[in-house]
Amino acid sequence: MHNINDWLNEHGDYLYRFALARLRDPHQAEDAVQETMLAAIKHHSFEGESSARTWLTGILKHKIIDLQRKRLREMPLSDVIDVDASDTAIDDFFDQRGHWVDKPQQWQTPENALEQKQFLVVLAECLERLPAKLSGIFMMRDVQEIDNEIICKELDITTTNAWVMLYRARMGLRKCLEMHWIME
Amino acid sequence: MLTCKQVSQLISQSLDRPLTLTNRIQLKVHLVMCDACTRFKKQMQLLQVAVHRLRRQTESDSSIILSEAAKTRISHTVASKQQ
Repeated sequence: MHNINDWLNEHGDYLYRFALARLRDPHQAEDAVQETMLAAIKHHSFEGESSARTWLTGILKHKIIDLQRKRLREMPLSDVIDVDASDTAIDDFFDQRGHWVDKPQQWQTPENALEQKQFLVVLAECLERLPAKLSGIFMMRDVQEIDNEIICKELDITTTNAWVMLYRARMGLRKCLEMHWIME
Repeated sequence: MLTCKQVSQLISQSLDRPLTLTNRIQLKVHLVMCDACTRFKKQMQLLQVAVHRLRRQTESDSSIILSEAAKTRISHTVASKQQ
């Protein structure tokens, strides 16, 4: 019988950061660690061939996706995309002939450590401003790099809906970064 | 001839699926002539790099910890669910 307090003391911070980097929500990250501990105690299939940390992280990855599935499925699709005419909602970025309303600017690539840090602060804020359903699918695809087909299955959406949501998420982040990051 | 709107959609989709040969050619032709979409493509690439950097930054930030209160909560919850 493993002692859960030992696990929490030895790996708790690591697992929590791992979850927070993907869920970007302290409560959800704590939930993910808790679910991981529950599953670990229940199955205790850890035989010591791999390190306990690697084993726990493997469980955590699944628990993070479970939480994302539960949370994102609760949010109606129609809040973030026009399900019937999937690309009309993006029209504020383009005119009727499909030209950019505000042309994308040349971004200053963050050069030094301080600039990179500032850029990441802006990016984190922009992620927070996105509708939760869009930032959720964006994290699954672009950060966790989960296959698009698996995301569609988990969230019970069509491939086209996934493309449209990811497009809207990236367009939203781009716009936000353009407004709040210094241009060249 | 694709519009900038269509091109931006294809650039986004290229991150999620392999584009058809036709799409790839259409995209190339457009990008040669369009600075705005070329900059958009670069922005999408920078965004990809940046979100991974943000993930790694959070993962390695030693000031982020699972608080003692949280550990106690988790420990209690697990104990209660085991009975």
